[in-house]
Amino acid sequence: MIEIAIHKALNGQKGKMILDLDFKVEPNQITALYGPSGAGKTTAFRIVSGLLMPEKGRIVVNGETWLDTSRKISLSPKERKIAYVFQDYALFPNMSVENNILFAAGKNPDKNKVKELIETFHLYDLRNQKPQNLSGGQQQRVALARALIQEPNLLLLDEPLAALDNEIRVRLQDFLLEIQVRYSLSILLVSHDIAEIHKLAKHVLHILEGNIVKSGSPVEVFTGKVSENTLNVYGKTLSIDRLKNRITVLVNQEKLILDISEEKILDIKVGDLIMLSFSTENTEIYTGIK
Amino acid sequence: MDWTPLILTFKLALITTLILLLIAIPLGAWLAFSKSKSKPFLETLISMPLVLPPTVLGFYFLITFSPNSWLGGLLNDWFDIKLVFSFPGLVIASVIYSLPFMVHPVQSGLSSLPSSLREASIVMGKSKRTTLFKVLLPNIKPSLLTGFVLTFAHTVGEFGVVLMIGGNIPGKTKVASIAIYDEVEALNYGNANQYSLILFAITFTILLLVYVVNRKEIKRWWK
Repeated sequence: MIEIAIHKALNGQKGKMILDLDFKVEPNQITALYGPSGAGKTTAFRIVSGLLMPEKGRIVVNGETWLDTSRKISLSPKERKIAYVFQDYALFPNMSVENNILFAAGKNPDKNKVKELIETFHLYDLRNQKPQNLSGGQQQRVALARALIQEPNLLLLDEPLAALDNEIRVRLQDFLLEIQVRYSLSILLVSHDIAEIHKLAKHVLHILEGNIVKSGSPVEVFTGKVSENTLNVYGKTLSIDRLKNRITVLVNQEKLILDISEEKILDIKVGDLIMLSFSTENTEIYTGIK
Repeated sequence: MDWTPLILTFKLALITTLILLLIAIPLGAWLAFSKSKSKPFLETLISMPLVLPPTVLGFYFLITFSPNSWLGGLLNDWFDIKLVFSFPGLVIASVIYSLPFMVHPVQSGLSSLPSSLREASIVMGKSKRTTLFKVLLPNIKPSLLTGFVLTFAHTVGEFGVVLMIGGNIPGKTKVASIAIYDEVEALNYGNANQYSLILFAITFTILLLVYVVNRKEIKRWWK
């Protein structure tokens, strides 16, 4: 179990704000932090990784206390078994892909582990390239491999897929799920993308102005409903045919044409996110998803 | 023609540049990353040689280190060190005089790197030193080269400071810029012209080299 409680006064873009979070992260699963920019998500990451000191706080990871301001305990980033994938990946431009991973591995790198990661992340042909010569998706894979070589007890991903185009994004989401299971990773993920959170995370914390306003499964947080025997799929509205009461929705790179009731079609604009909820009894369409 | 002033000039420039490299890397790193309140004060102090007439620096140096002064006397009597009208004194004055030319490129190079590079290295458990030498400095090579060459060229071009505190002792403090002045005073325009041409040609070549190399470096960077 990972327990995180932090309290810090911030000078944000919108003036003063108190970051006050208290939550638990189940091990071996992905927990998402969701909220607008400036809500304090990245600051929370900086505190958890040890880059920033909160006024009050307690962080316990798998029984090990990383931070407890009441007992004046604060482990340095080096002593925390943590890895952080930055939004811009922060790959070192002066090192090749392989050397980026080796540098993160430390003084006596486990050669087999490095080799295994390079193969798992499909980086073998790219291992001698400099990061700036790689595409966004490839850079993201290097950043993840470099994080995993550190064998973290907690992996922080700050909008890891935000800079990628849709197709690669979907592929990397699948890949991320695969490695999360394979290496039993405990992951904290910052994301703005509801569909992505829904796909990846078991648990989501909705953060507004430094506070957790909602937490639960993605379905609970985003629709207020508890899912039982249902499957929820998000899609983007591409076009609306008001004569036939039909909409075209992009779901997982596929176009889906839906017949929809007359009153519901009035709620929808092109570009809106909708949620399709398939249950064993019927199929519901939710509009107005933010 | 006497070659000693030219050799002395380049010796002074090289030693000054090497010493400044050692000083400017920690200083530039501190200025780039520190949030200390004393930072503007130090930044101002380092930039002073850019605006101050070299004679001001030379004058205070002369006052501070003359054997009649407290500090100069102490150094002279106890350690047998004479900084006024000597080559070591010239080196120290040049280091102070060229400080901004080395510190500014290092500082701006380091601040222009995304902060995530430094933070990523720290979260990996690397020390500040390892982060600086393995991650940050290798990525600001063009800035280091710029600082190196600007400092070297600026020291070659020194006149006022050298004249004030070094005087005009052949083989010790008589650098090329002083020699040119001397020859002109003595109406030996031919000799003055030779010194001047050589200085012009060498500094032109050095600067040209830097621009060519830096351009390639930048191109390689953005490929």
